[in-house]
Amino acid sequence: MKTSVLFGALTVAGLAAGTASAQTLADVQEAGVLDCGVATGLTGFASPNAAGEWEGFDVSFCRAVAAAVLDDPMAVNFVPTTGQTRFTALASGEVDLLARNTTWTFSRDVDLGFEFVGVNYYDGQGFMVPRELGVTSARDLDGATVCIQTGTTTELNLADYFRVNNISYEPVPVETNAEAQQQYLANACDVYTTDASGLAATRATFENPGDHVILPEIISKEPLGPLVRHGDNQWGDIARWTLNALIAAEELGVTSANVAELAEGTDNPEINRLLGTEGDLGAMFGLDSDWAQRAIAAVGNYGEIFEQNIGESTPIGLARGLNAQWTEGGLLYSPPFR
Amino acid sequence: MADMHSEADLAFVRETMLAQKEPPIAEQGALKWLRENLFSSWLNAILTVLSLLLVYWVLAHTLPWLLRGVWDAGSLAECREIRDARYGDGVDAACFAVITDRWQQLLFGFYPRELYWRPILALLCFFAAIAPVLFARVPRQMLGFTVAAPFLIFLLLWGGTIWGPLTVALGFVIGWACIAFLTKPLGRLVATIAAVLLPIIFWLFLAGPLARELGNILPIGLEPVGSKDFGGFMLSFVIGVAGIILSLPLGILLALGRQSDLFLINKVSVGFIELIRGVPLIVWLFTASLLLNYFLPPGTNFDIMLRVIIMVTLFSAAYIAEVVRGGLAALPKGQYEAADALGLDYWQSMRLIILPQALKIAIPGIVSTFIGLFKDTTLVVFIGLLDPIGLSNSIRATTDWNGIYWELFLFIGIMFWIFCFSMSRYSMYLERKLTREHR
Repeated sequence: MKTSVLFGALTVAGLAAGTASAQTLADVQEAGVLDCGVATGLTGFASPNAAGEWEGFDVSFCRAVAAAVLDDPMAVNFVPTTGQTRFTALASGEVDLLARNTTWTFSRDVDLGFEFVGVNYYDGQGFMVPRELGVTSARDLDGATVCIQTGTTTELNLADYFRVNNISYEPVPVETNAEAQQQYLANACDVYTTDASGLAATRATFENPGDHVILPEIISKEPLGPLVRHGDNQWGDIARWTLNALIAAEELGVTSANVAELAEGTDNPEINRLLGTEGDLGAMFGLDSDWAQRAIAAVGNYGEIFEQNIGESTPIGLARGLNAQWTEGGLLYSPPFR
Repeated sequence: MADMHSEADLAFVRETMLAQKEPPIAEQGALKWLRENLFSSWLNAILTVLSLLLVYWVLAHTLPWLLRGVWDAGSLAECREIRDARYGDGVDAACFAVITDRWQQLLFGFYPRELYWRPILALLCFFAAIAPVLFARVPRQMLGFTVAAPFLIFLLLWGGTIWGPLTVALGFVIGWACIAFLTKPLGRLVATIAAVLLPIIFWLFLAGPLARELGNILPIGLEPVGSKDFGGFMLSFVIGVAGIILSLPLGILLALGRQSDLFLINKVSVGFIELIRGVPLIVWLFTASLLLNYFLPPGTNFDIMLRVIIMVTLFSAAYIAEVVRGGLAALPKGQYEAADALGLDYWQSMRLIILPQALKIAIPGIVSTFIGLFKDTTLVVFIGLLDPIGLSNSIRATTDWNGIYWELFLFIGIMFWIFCFSMSRYSMYLERKLTREHR
């Protein structure tokens, strides 16, 4: 707490109501640091390491934006937010960007006044059961006790799914994922349900992961993406196209290892435009032409980020699935850089 | 006559005292203690056996787990490998390696490592400052340091230029000077009003620019550390201690206000106490973190920790006020009348006669409120501050330590227990020391 902040707080009245909209980029560049809202701790997506540095899939996106805007992937002030505080933090300007595993829904986009800049992870709700139960499909779960986190969309999805399929269940409410793990392992419930990425991360921590199966049914769509406030389209564009640049970079074969080399010029005009050696896309939203190059150099392309944080080489071991490039049967599809 | 009897008449004459005999075996030593304390009746014997079985059952389940604990590993998976190698597959064993790996984070949050000496020094300053208040044997000269300590501790924890805390302190000096020098020429009322108004005007309009100017001329200070880097026990401790220290005087004032005959003061105090007590702390914390963001003009970055400290202070002050009111109510009316009869004015009678007795009565309640307040600081986890519980979540979120549960809670529990138990022991010491009447 700087003392100026203290005095500023004391003289709350009379402070010019800073023009919140339409100059986020200028504000961030003036402050020299990007305020990025992340989860207080979500395996693979955001967590502080032993040195106190934040790491994870969502964290990498914040760093990519910081690299594009400020030329420094470390110039990020990570604000840990909970499910309750995340939207207020964004709406009030406490953070400029929220990358917190947030499902893109109609009401959040329209009613809360936010702008989702894309989808960085396609998730869906799944079920995990002990193998010894011999269940192979979610339809066999009639009468099962289900551990479920309260106050989330998963709770509503579960009720919908069981009603549609006309089977009954008994909910065991839990507060956090860690608590759910304990309950499930203690046989307080037959089934644990949450997002499939969370199930995989949870199962990876078990003593004998092989004793538990994740059922094939995915009962909901959970497109998770970063979001910004309504009202500053330039800033929204920067976040959107930073995400697109990471996705396009994978499609075009640009990696953190070869980006410097490719930036000297290639025969592929799309790569040249992305990396700023041809045309001047960056100037259109107030950045220089190297913005995407910096973002990719800092954190790698989408595939690299995925592999490093949640991919098959990590203990979480998620397959690409829906999150593969469209050329490989996934849903990732970046609009052209032109 | 007795002395005329010849010795031959008597069958036996005791000439020496019998040596003291050992008491019967059931009436001495361990056996007696056992019989009196554990097996004094059938019911007690049964209860004792049941309790012993319970203790054995708990220990049998936890001790092996504790003693087999693995202290040196890089991740939960490694922990399990080491355990399998040592004790065989699937044996219950704690993985305390997470504490070895992250204890600094649990204690200091994200405070820069090379600056750990600052919170440690601040803690020592705190103990040095609190000692003369807590213990009568410490020399009274130390109280001077106590007055300066809050500013020093602030500087150590948050860093920045030394001029910020100094100008804030200057405001207090101005207030004191008003009382000291204006009372004679202008009267007490004017002096008191000046002592309240002048420092506030100074803080609002002069302190900021003055501190900035001085900082430009003479940039002395420490490397600044933001509130966002605070975490773990340091966060709990700063919030808890600030709340405890600030809420006691405020609570006493509120209690006096509630007993006041002045209509306005009385109703304001009652309203404040009932409003704050009637709403859960978590709601006030959400108010501090969410609602205030909407009310304050955009761009005002009102430090979240300061907001939380203010809310926690107000909350605990309302409880303290009621505890102190209980103490005030327990005093016989004669004490008030005696004070009046001595010709003392209101503040003198409160300071010299009423409050010392009322507070002594209220000590257990006050300390109990403080212990509750200290533990309630863990609620800040719900507004995204990384107190020890919040940190345990983020530590669990790393792929290395996902799946760790009890070890972290055990560590956190022990740390909290140490703080709370010391507080409780101190309150008992204070009660014994202050005992005056016969009970």
